[in-house]
Amino acid sequence: MALTVILEFLGGAEFLFGHVKHHTVSIEKGENKLNISQLLMWIKENLLQERLELFMQGCTVRPGILVLVNDVDWSLLGELTYEIEENDRITFISTLHGG
Amino acid sequence: MPLLCSICKDKRALLKRPKTGTPVCKDCFYWAFECEIHHTIQTANLFKRGEKVAIGASGGKDSTVLAYVLKTLNERYDYGLNLFLLSIDEGITGYRDDSLETVKRNQQQYDLPLKVLSYQDLYGWSMDAIVKQIGRKNNCTFCGVFRRQALDRGAMSLGVDKIATGHNADDVAETIIMNILRGDIARLQRCTAIITGDDPSGIPRVKPFKYTYEKEIVAYAYFKKLDYFSTECIYAPNAYRGHARAYLKDLEAIRSSTIIDIIHSGEMMSVKEGVKMPVQTKCKKCGYISSNEFCKACVLLEGLNKGLPRLGVGKTSKVNQQLKQVNDSKSCECQNKSTKCCLNNVPKTAPSSCPNRSKNCENGDAKFDSPSVKDNQMDKTTKICLTNSEIL
Repeated sequence: MALTVILEFLGGAEFLFGHVKHHTVSIEKGENKLNISQLLMWIKENLLQERLELFMQGCTVRPGILVLVNDVDWSLLGELTYEIEENDRITFISTLHGG
Repeated sequence: MPLLCSICKDKRALLKRPKTGTPVCKDCFYWAFECEIHHTIQTANLFKRGEKVAIGASGGKDSTVLAYVLKTLNERYDYGLNLFLLSIDEGITGYRDDSLETVKRNQQQYDLPLKVLSYQDLYGWSMDAIVKQIGRKNNCTFCGVFRRQALDRGAMSLGVDKIATGHNADDVAETIIMNILRGDIARLQRCTAIITGDDPSGIPRVKPFKYTYEKEIVAYAYFKKLDYFSTECIYAPNAYRGHARAYLKDLEAIRSSTIIDIIHSGEMMSVKEGVKMPVQTKCKKCGYISSNEFCKACVLLEGLNKGLPRLGVGKTSKVNQQLKQVNDSKSCECQNKSTKCCLNNVPKTAPSSCPNRSKNCENGDAKFDSPSVKDNQMDKTTKICLTNSEIL
């Protein structure tokens, strides 16, 4: 069973993903639920083009990257444990650059 | 069951505030964000009615949001301010030229006058040219020092009373840590001040975002769909600040109040009695505020123009030594056309090529041994003339 997810990379994060801000992806998840932790692994394997350390730190996103699910702060949704639903829009905004 | 906003208890919460850890909805977030900045401005008396204020605008997230919020608060609370956008073009291809386009769009979007000043015009050196000269280390030293002066000069030419910059809480906390790590007590004392440069000769600078979290500035810009430019400066990866930033972010993940706590520590710290602190005086060359005889910008420029890229980067004592050598060579009256002064072997101010490397220079003055000579070991190049005359 595949899940369609919309991924957005903003605030400079897009540079790690071929300068493309919006990606619509289909992720094979089988019978289980897909959480953000697994999504990050999937992004790391399939989408990230360079400089892993600028996007991820260990199993989570690098501190300083704001994550929103359908415009809601992921820290209100359980962060890595949030279970992704069909057509969810997950936004990664980097805050780590000059202002 | 979606979480409700902790303020209005009515709408769905969208953001968890880093400052308080409480969930807020979009409208309450806007209100709290703007209210707190208004409170900071009022409590610290940042502005006076009728003042002309230049907003240091780079096109980045902080300055774009600052321009938007200051304009909003100015109208909402009738501050009576005259707002301008002031932008500095450091001459960094692929970074600054793109972000300046954003500032020009901001000018249209917020309907504010804009002035752009370039390093090329002010100093005769763009950052690209500087980096080509000095290499990839210490770039931020040049850029930061020149930018501060450039902002002041731009502000003076506009006749403004104050400069507002978008430095946020994260920036201030990073700066405190950097100054501790580098033992820079003088800067440590100054860096938490919300108003700086308050002396009669300078133009005061204010930081309305001093207590505003970077995460909230980004969230505000995102939800309000504000147009900003987001790329890392191409010379930034080598910056020392990056280490402080990474450290701070890791600490914040463990303890969310880290940033505001560090600012509090910085504000409460005071210097022990009897500690010698630099006295703020005026640069002998350009009159700009300085802790030394010559301001940093003049020292750096002198270094660039004289081919001494390390001048001004490092200890003051070494700077004085190098400056003395340069000045001594300037006063050398030797007619020798070689590239180095025969007296003290430092580069001359107006080098020209001369193949003569004999022991005596052209007008018969004896040369000093070059610095590479130790004891009686003679460096042959100072002694042998290219015409292969005898070693003397």
